[in-house]
Amino acid sequence: MTMTTKTDTSTVARKPFKPGRSRRSKALKALARAPLSAWFGMIVVGFYVTIALFAPQIAPYGEAQVFPEPFAPWSPEFVLGTDQLGRDVLTRLIYGARNTIGIAVLTTLLSFGIGVSLGLIATLFKGWIDQALSRSVDIVLSIPGLIFSLMLLAIFGSNVWSLIVIIAVLDSTNFYRLARTSGLSVASMEFIEAARLRGERFSWIVFREILPNILPPLIAEAGLRFCFVFLTISALSFLGVGIQPPTADWGSMVRENATLITYGDITPLLPAAAIGLLTVSVNFVVDWFLHKLSGLKNEH
Amino acid sequence: MSTDKSGFETRPKGGNLLEIRDLRIYGFSNDVWHKIVKGVDLTVKRGEIVGLIGESGAGKSSLGLAAMGYAKPGCKIVGGQILFDGEDLVGCSEKRLRELRGNRIAYVAQSAAAAFNPAKRLIAQTIEAAVRKGVRSRAEAEADAVELYRQLQLPNPETIGYRYPHQVSGGQLQRIMTAMAMICKPDLIIFDEPTTALDVTTQVDVLASIRTLVERHNTAALYITHDLAVVAQMADRINVLRHGRTVEESTTEAMIGDPKEDYTKSLWAVRNLYKEPEERDDVLLRVKNLSASYGTHKVLHDINAEFPKGRTVCLVGESGSGKSTLARSIAGLLPPTEGSVVYGGKALPGTLEHRDRSLLKKIQFVHQIPDTALNPRHTVGEVLSRSLKLFKNLSGAALVDETVKLLGRIELDESFYDRLPSELSGGQKQRICIARALAADPELIICDEVTSALDQVVQEGILKLLGDLQRQYGVTYMFITHDINTVRAIADEVIVMKAGKVVDKGLKTEVLSPPYHPYTELLLSSVPEMETGWLSGLLKSRQSPNVQGGQQAF
Repeated sequence: MTMTTKTDTSTVARKPFKPGRSRRSKALKALARAPLSAWFGMIVVGFYVTIALFAPQIAPYGEAQVFPEPFAPWSPEFVLGTDQLGRDVLTRLIYGARNTIGIAVLTTLLSFGIGVSLGLIATLFKGWIDQALSRSVDIVLSIPGLIFSLMLLAIFGSNVWSLIVIIAVLDSTNFYRLARTSGLSVASMEFIEAARLRGERFSWIVFREILPNILPPLIAEAGLRFCFVFLTISALSFLGVGIQPPTADWGSMVRENATLITYGDITPLLPAAAIGLLTVSVNFVVDWFLHKLSGLKNEH
Repeated sequence: MSTDKSGFETRPKGGNLLEIRDLRIYGFSNDVWHKIVKGVDLTVKRGEIVGLIGESGAGKSSLGLAAMGYAKPGCKIVGGQILFDGEDLVGCSEKRLRELRGNRIAYVAQSAAAAFNPAKRLIAQTIEAAVRKGVRSRAEAEADAVELYRQLQLPNPETIGYRYPHQVSGGQLQRIMTAMAMICKPDLIIFDEPTTALDVTTQVDVLASIRTLVERHNTAALYITHDLAVVAQMADRINVLRHGRTVEESTTEAMIGDPKEDYTKSLWAVRNLYKEPEERDDVLLRVKNLSASYGTHKVLHDINAEFPKGRTVCLVGESGSGKSTLARSIAGLLPPTEGSVVYGGKALPGTLEHRDRSLLKKIQFVHQIPDTALNPRHTVGEVLSRSLKLFKNLSGAALVDETVKLLGRIELDESFYDRLPSELSGGQKQRICIARALAADPELIICDEVTSALDQVVQEGILKLLGDLQRQYGVTYMFITHDINTVRAIADEVIVMKAGKVVDKGLKTEVLSPPYHPYTELLLSSVPEMETGWLSGLLKSRQSPNVQGGQQAF
């Protein structure tokens, strides 16, 4: 639809002109009109973030505080019981949010940064730089991610920082490819030429002309990658090379208490449910965001 | 039922085939319902061609689709009647509509290249409707298709259908789409700007073959376009549409000879704009023996040209003649391989990197397609204030002030400041591009076909604006175009280019009067004239080899 039959607002008695007003009100309007799924997603994500930020205040006990009774049932004292070492499960869940989400956010940001900047460099310089980068990325992509990260973790040792860096580097290949392809199509547009004609610096062209245009698919990818990161971390933790005890994280919590399932206790499933709920919520938000940014219209 | 010599039945004329009464269509965008068509009445008699004209956004395409009982996604028919052969299509069942569409009502879309399935052969797509409706067997339908191709004067009618869409030209594709519409011998065909995407010389052939075919089969047609001269060749009656309402309706002769409404008169205006060419006083920029190439492919050969100060020089030529390349060389986007561009007594550096900002400021470039020349993520205010900031070192409130003033110079108000390009019409976008160039207070503005993507009325507005700006600020324009009417409206001097060489140059009055260069002559004779018999006259004169280019635009 290319309708431009807008009502002319200038005839209404108007306030002194100030730029930006209508854009902000539009953004707020869009937020108010967000679908139920997006609101659900935002509320859940907000809830997780609050818990992660205020974990020490919210949690009833310390992260690694051990009580004499392992595998205690649910009770007023231990709301969700205790684990195999006698640590409070609710407390561990809350601290798990902090560790798992914190690591996932850091990893996603890092891999976004690496991937997108290399992708844009390839876009703008083309030639052998593009070839070298793209072929290296192809090599990394040809090896299954989980196995590659197991190998690297075995080499560099399993601590939180090497975990973040290794997953970020492996994941950045996806960002690289996306940034490069969408960047190439934007770089050939005439507004880039117009920017060059008025003598814009390289950084302006990259960050102000190209980046905003390729951002929507990249943000969608980041939302997906964010989910994959904590799934990867959970998988690695489950295999025992992820986050090391006594740091609480949801993946290892499932593994450590897995035996309880055989006794009909659903406690080990709670961290898994926490992962699932967050994944779904993040995707809801990203879907809506993408929909708004890309300007796709609903088909009525 | 009587038949003509090729076996197609002829239908009697007269009687209303399509009757649209008080039709109202709403469209949904930006979270609100807009009125697109606000109560239009329209009648198409059997065997009659009705032209529907208006600028973009007038609701003509919506009306055309509604004639098939269809509304685009995001649109809905909210009231009125669409009587096709006495049957109301509003509220008709989907099943019944499917029976009618393709069979009795057919549609020819604007962009044939986008409307064909690239993976299927043309003939399979041409006969699809007839075979699916069970009107014809496959073999019969193929025979009909070949016959239609022949009538549409396509080359090799027996074999062209077995090609794929990308293997034929745009003009041929548009004719094949007409054949596709004709295959079921419909009572009514809706043509939605079938020649808009084609260049002038191809357009003439397509128009001629469409009209011959439609007349021969006595098919009624609704012909949608924004070009009055085109509709004058095609239609028996013309309906002028604006803002979803009928402005004026009458027979073609009456409409051309004696338009009643101001708006209808303004549709003629761009053809009547004329600038008296002025002699040059002083040369601003001189191109000396310039050659340029893309890789090893040489595009410009030894070009010499002068751009006099405060005047407009039009560069005319077919696509691929090197007009845009010359512009890019002057702007610094493509360094010349030989020769130089002399500006203010000094040779300009060939590449942008070697030109400093004070030099960049003096030469501004306005691109052909405003949609790609404006960053879709930057608001109008951001676009304009950025140029002001770079070239005039303004900031803060002064910058906002100056930006609003700049908007005023292109006849837009401050309510546009926060709009994104997607919230503007084509003409408004082009105005913003012009304002971006003006922000630098340039001495030379290079306009690369700036009006060719716009409607006629909008074109007129832009051309007038450019003229006014030149009178006020004494800017020099280098204006690339292939439209003779534009040249007539704006040029002082003309340079005709072909295959990377300048073939003719001089004052407008000299270049565009006999004796012509042969290419200038072809270009002039292909522009549709505003008289009803022009097309027939042109075709006759082109068919007889002795008479060449009997028609002249001037």
